[in-house]
Amino acid sequence: MAGKPKLHYFDARGRMEAIRWLLAAAGAEFEEKLIESSEDLDKLRYDGSLVFQQVPMVEIDGMKLVQTRAILNYIATKYDLYGKDMKERALIDMYTEGVADLGEMIMLLPLCPPDQKNTKLTLIQERATNRYLPAFENVLKSHRQDYLVGNKLSKADIHLVELLYYVEELDPSLLANFPLLKGLKTRVSNLPAVKKFLQPGSQRKLPGGEKSLERARKIFKF
Amino acid sequence: MAAKPKLWYFHGRGRMESIRWLLAAAGVEFEEEFLETREQYEKLQKDGRLLFGQVPLVEIDGMELTQTRAILSYLAAKYNLHGKDLKETVRIDMYADGTLDLMLMVALAAFKHPEEKEESLALAVKKAKTRYFPVFEKILKDHGEDFLVGNKFSWADIQLLEVILTMEELDASVLSDFPLLKEFKTRISNIPTIKKFLQPGSQRKPPPDSHYVEVVRNILQF
Repeated sequence: MAGKPKLHYFDARGRMEAIRWLLAAAGAEFEEKLIESSEDLDKLRYDGSLVFQQVPMVEIDGMKLVQTRAILNYIATKYDLYGKDMKERALIDMYTEGVADLGEMIMLLPLCPPDQKNTKLTLIQERATNRYLPAFENVLKSHRQDYLVGNKLSKADIHLVELLYYVEELDPSLLANFPLLKGLKTRVSNLPAVKKFLQPGSQRKLPGGEKSLERARKIFKF
Repeated sequence: MAAKPKLWYFHGRGRMESIRWLLAAAGVEFEEEFLETREQYEKLQKDGRLLFGQVPLVEIDGMELTQTRAILSYLAAKYNLHGKDLKETVRIDMYADGTLDLMLMVALAAFKHPEEKEESLALAVKKAKTRYFPVFEKILKDHGEDFLVGNKFSWADIQLLEVILTMEELDASVLSDFPLLKEFKTRISNIPTIKKFLQPGSQRKPPPDSHYVEVVRNILQF
């Protein structure tokens, strides 16, 4: 009975991209309804489709879900990408939050005023090199398994690999000293569903340029 | 055998307060170690106890958990405050996540310059009144039940009460348009574990003052 999940967002990575990655990696086909104008967004709000008036929103299993984390956790549970018990879940959550913290910094960089961009970029590079990448490299080093938690693919691996692509886009040299992370990136990228998603023509979104930012500003009025 | 959970944080609300609320509401006794010097913090980091070099840190069930949301999620599941099935869990996550964003706005405002701080706090109150409280009022109205999800006390109810009380500290009239939330506030406050937590002498922390801000700035060096 259930149709495919339907994603409501604008044509950009933003906060929806992690959801696209997770669904794709789970092998779940999904549809997208793109928000192209502030009128489109207003209509969703007026229809009562957005619990807190915000997107991302994902229609799935008869529900209209909002809040990125809630959506990701639902999908992960549904597709068995959330560990085998509470303790594994806690580790997956902890790693996911670390990924989200660095990911948020990278996502918000284009919104930075020009005179602050260099400082922000330096901070991102510093945090990646000294805080986040070493943490994940050490997790892999500690157990020498193929995946971060429980020797099994989980949302933590998918979110981390997505982040590693963004880190590489920003500055390829950042990954140089993290062989295990590079290994994880390769391994996860070679999973059939992920490999497909990484190919041109998939629903993966490209980095937003100036035009994309302008469109976002118009839709979300900021 | 289980030892009490041990919380490592500054002597104030910040990002740890929602965790204190959840433990207290669940009737779980917990210990606290307060960070008062840079040396204490650096020792935690050097000992490798902080995955991303940050607090909150909660020692529980043999794990050293960091990342606020990971901790909250683990505790909610452990103490049966996370719904009876996936559909209830996702609704609790949606509601809790929304209110947590609001709590963090308030927590971070303490560290801004006076004018910006006032603006941030006013914005938080505005969001509470226009974006969040109407949603929760409607949820309670639509199902007529005592609790937000599944006719059972959950993490979402604890989070909502915390937000209500925090907003009332900033604007005493914040619930004036929300009769069901007023009743909710009274009802949840009277739950014995919560009633106890709301009494003087409990582990509940006061709003941030200039001394707290100074200590945190000194320890985190910003």
